[in-house]
Amino acid sequence: MATKKVSRVEVKKTYKLFINGAFPRSESGRVFEVTAKNGDFIANPALASRKDLRDAVTAARAAQSCWSKATAYNRGQILYRIAEMLEGRAEQFESEIALTARITPAKAKVQVAQAIDRWVWYAGWSDKLQAVSGATNPVSGPYFNFSISEPQGVVAIASSDDFLEFIDAIAAAVVSGNSSVVLVPGGLAVPAMSFAEVLATSDLPAGVINILTGSLDELAPWAASHMDIDGFDISGIQKKKHGALKEAGAENLKRIHSFESGKTPTRILAFMESKTVWHSVGV
Amino acid sequence: MSFYGLVDGSEKSLIHFLDELSGVDQVGAEARAAMLATRSIKTTSKKWAIETAISMVDLTTLEGADTPGKVRALCSKAVRPDPTDPTVPSVGAICVYNDMVEVARTHLDAIGGKHVPVAAVSTAFPSGRASMEVKIQDTQDAIDAGAAEIDMVIDRGAFLAGKYGLVFDEIVKIREVCGGKAHLKVIFETGELVTYDNVRKASYLAMLAGADFIKTSTGKVAPAATPPVVLVMLEAVRDFYSITQRRIGVKPAGGIRTTKDAIKQLVLVNETAGPDWLTPELFRIGASALLNDLLMQRMKMSDGYYASPNYVTID
Repeated sequence: MATKKVSRVEVKKTYKLFINGAFPRSESGRVFEVTAKNGDFIANPALASRKDLRDAVTAARAAQSCWSKATAYNRGQILYRIAEMLEGRAEQFESEIALTARITPAKAKVQVAQAIDRWVWYAGWSDKLQAVSGATNPVSGPYFNFSISEPQGVVAIASSDDFLEFIDAIAAAVVSGNSSVVLVPGGLAVPAMSFAEVLATSDLPAGVINILTGSLDELAPWAASHMDIDGFDISGIQKKKHGALKEAGAENLKRIHSFESGKTPTRILAFMESKTVWHSVGV
Repeated sequence: MSFYGLVDGSEKSLIHFLDELSGVDQVGAEARAAMLATRSIKTTSKKWAIETAISMVDLTTLEGADTPGKVRALCSKAVRPDPTDPTVPSVGAICVYNDMVEVARTHLDAIGGKHVPVAAVSTAFPSGRASMEVKIQDTQDAIDAGAAEIDMVIDRGAFLAGKYGLVFDEIVKIREVCGGKAHLKVIFETGELVTYDNVRKASYLAMLAGADFIKTSTGKVAPAATPPVVLVMLEAVRDFYSITQRRIGVKPAGGIRTTKDAIKQLVLVNETAGPDWLTPELFRIGASALLNDLLMQRMKMSDGYYASPNYVTID
């Protein structure tokens, strides 16, 4: 008798948000559809609401002091660990990016390798920032006067739908000790949530990086006006909408910047503030 | 002495009365509290709920490290919770340790806060482990210093050992010390009473002995004011009212930190004891961090954007 091969029941992944080290569904229960170039269904990521944003900011605020007080060396180690985890799952990212960004597998492979290298490059800055950006200022008096760069606090990021730019923005924001809330649009939601799984297994303290998938148009104005967000990277938002966001962010003097993709320490320093300390000369 | 004509004050009559009470349906109470917690309160109702909750907060500091300066700062916050907005109501009361009552009363009077009462935690708070003489003296001290409300703890050890008469007599004696000068709130420490049946029994015991308020917890033990516990207590005051025509207040304390938690409590009150209890005279929330969250939610509603803890005081 011929036996029919028993096929397994497909186990599909539920795409959720990444808030405070956990994977909750959107409070609103909403989802949106991501499709391939040929219209095939890929996934239903969560469509985050402003309440999810509020929860993420609360988590980011709570995590920030612990993260910024960790030694620079320790932060560098944890960020490098994330690169290790990314490396091990490179193939998964390649296939997800090829599918959702609608590029060839070869291009996706290059992009993932670039992203991992970029992450390592930013991680390396953690214990070098002070040496490069700090200063001993000349003063006329029996004092030393130091300028020290410190992280701002909670940085929101409106990412573009490009994986490399997504990695750039997060790495530059958190390496100095900021915590972040990352808003991710469209098809990038799929690799972004896989990235969240990497974060969850990398000893990164809960809440340092929170990822919300959904609509930038819906969430960005709430992030811009949120009084408990200190900086906002709006690189993923069209130029014509920058004015309104900057206006909304003026109430708490939020730093709002947009950047070109690339390796630059100025992007790290953009969300740090220089603090000046006096110290008497030892007798 | 007659206690609402329900018991004669003897242990025997108390045991008889308390044993006659029906047991609490644990699953039912928890399901009912969970169901009421899902009510969505929005827009104008939410604004009303936030302001009502602010007026019901017993703004509390019960730390070993309390200083007169901290108590004075808290008093200023109690009178004008949001210094930038005079339309925010004052809180229900200030709740402090005995030795801080005078500091609080003097400062409140000086800054135009005569309408804000001072509540003192008495009778060897939080454990309640002291002799009766000490507990009476403790209470008398607080009243002499100007406390208008006394938050007493019951002897949980005696209650759990079944010595209802002892617990009852303590409440009666402290009630006598309070006289007409101070309201008496009786703290059960529900986290130590373990079962809902015990919470129901303790509620009736305290109400019979003359409590004006029954209060869940000291804030030093977790779990504290969980919604099912508050539900059981609200049912007790409702039923007690139907028997005696006297309204007893309820004060959940401990673990209520967010506006959402506070609004859930208000829904419980409205749906269990009824809207008559939605007043600071009959419902208080013992809290410290809650007030900031209420203020931040209120700011969000008036400004249209999310607020930051940087714009409210730390304590």
